[in-house]
Amino acid sequence: MMLTAAEVDAVRLSLSIALRSVLFSLPLAILVAWLLTRRRLHGRLLLDAFVHLPLVLPPVVVGYVLLLLFGMRGPIGGWLYAHFGIQLVFTSAGAALATAVMSFPLMVRAIRISLEGIDAGLEDAARTLGAGAWDRFFSVTLPLMLPGILAGAVTAFSAGLGEFGAVITFVSNIPGETRTLPLALYTALQTPGGDAVAARLATISFSLGLLGLIAAEFIARRVRRMLGR
Amino acid sequence: MFSIRAKKRRDGFILDVAIEVSSPGVVALFGRSGCGKTTLVNIVAGLLPADEAHIVIDGMALDKDGKALLAEHRRIGYVFQDARLFPHLDVMGNLRYGEKRSKPHLDTPRITLDKVAPLLGLEPLLSRRVHQLSGGERQRVALGRALLTSPRLLILDEPLASLDAARREEVLPYLEKLRDELAIPMIYVSHQFEEVLRLATHVVLMEHGKVVSQGSLDDVSLHPELRAIVGSEAVGAVVHGIVESVDSSTGLASVRIGSNLLQINLRAARAGAHIRAQLLARDIILATSRPDNLSVRNIMTGTIARIVPDEEDAELVYVDIGGASILSRVTRAATISLGLRVGLPVWALVKSVSIRGHAFVEGSPR
Repeated sequence: MMLTAAEVDAVRLSLSIALRSVLFSLPLAILVAWLLTRRRLHGRLLLDAFVHLPLVLPPVVVGYVLLLLFGMRGPIGGWLYAHFGIQLVFTSAGAALATAVMSFPLMVRAIRISLEGIDAGLEDAARTLGAGAWDRFFSVTLPLMLPGILAGAVTAFSAGLGEFGAVITFVSNIPGETRTLPLALYTALQTPGGDAVAARLATISFSLGLLGLIAAEFIARRVRRMLGR
Repeated sequence: MFSIRAKKRRDGFILDVAIEVSSPGVVALFGRSGCGKTTLVNIVAGLLPADEAHIVIDGMALDKDGKALLAEHRRIGYVFQDARLFPHLDVMGNLRYGEKRSKPHLDTPRITLDKVAPLLGLEPLLSRRVHQLSGGERQRVALGRALLTSPRLLILDEPLASLDAARREEVLPYLEKLRDELAIPMIYVSHQFEEVLRLATHVVLMEHGKVVSQGSLDDVSLHPELRAIVGSEAVGAVVHGIVESVDSSTGLASVRIGSNLLQINLRAARAGAHIRAQLLARDIILATSRPDNLSVRNIMTGTIARIVPDEEDAELVYVDIGGASILSRVTRAATISLGLRVGLPVWALVKSVSIRGHAFVEGSPR
């Protein structure tokens, strides 16, 4: 099965956008998961609900909100452009942002579950052994969270490959810039005689998804063994 | 060595204690579950904020200008009931964790792995993963991990409570070795009198967040409040003695206690060794004339010092046996028919097999 240049572009874009979205949201997801499990925050419930909103909102709404906030005339988008020359709308960076927002709840959820499984008493033990707050986090909490972090990252990456609604609403469907696999697939379906292309793209999506899930399971097993469970 | 004053109020529970310990050794914090023992040691370790706390170890206060020192800066070793070994590190990694983070201090000699490993029998465990260890081995590793930080004080919070009897017997000798060979003061939290009897050099009796009694084990063992905590079956005077001779054919040791000589089952003891034994009040029989033709090996002479009501229809009789006190539980009917009263000379009988004795290393603190 030979791929056309446009199809290779779509695969490459999907992979790079999904990867960037994961790298961008991972530290934030770890922070939020930690806040939600280890701190007694005021407004914890609100933060929890807010983080999970993308799960229940139509993706188009998320894209629309991003457009309002990060558009060229939006409060954040305008500021970013004026000060740093960063443009998010109609760019692959914007696609990564939309993907990150959509997969954020999945990531937080996976990390949170692993964090809840860690006995806070281990952190107390680390304290009595002379470890300060950051030291404790990096030497005890983070390594023990690793299975959750990897599971969250792989799930978010796999889901990010297929993000459609929020991406097309926020950054549109520009070949070579924001036309990822699902957008290319959608375009092919809209084009007369594009059935063969659509079938090929669907097969690629299917293979990538499967590969991702197998990789996730493989990594999880390795990590569990490393942690001695 | 150290003093602790702490107050904390939480959900209707009030902890308010003052403890003063002047000699090194093992301070047993003894009391029923829920009396505030763990709360207190968590305050001492800095894991739990107190409403009011002033802790001084070796002349150094753990608070500065009213601000409590963080747990990670206190240099207090802590062995938890559930060991709390780090599952992502092997035994060596766990042992090194605290050692790496401790700085050498002039006031305490540095404790090294070379010293701790043989002391706790850790050599064969070093390359093992944590999940491959038995409960007793886990506690030994946790002990080693805490010791390698060269702490100024070591807290052991019921380190044997989650172990079965056999595992407990496996770990106890190591604890005795630590007590006898290291100069680190220890606070040993327990609700098992047997452990206190074997390990403690000083006892703090706690009840409902308060210190009921504190002092040497001998003194505390005579405290009437003890019955409520250990149960009337376990009430009994703890006495100290020196082994005079051991009959290797019978396994019986002759031990001088006060002005009396007692025969106690103590195979491991050598002549001259210090031992500690508990004589349970329920096992002591009193007679008002010298009895003859009995299988009982131990007949002590003494005088009645005090009679206090015990449980229903029973009384606790304190007998002074010359330099030591023992307790006997007798029925009120017996008190009346024998005419027991303070000042009366009596003979106290106890079977050798019912004495629980433990050897102390020579010269170890009483």
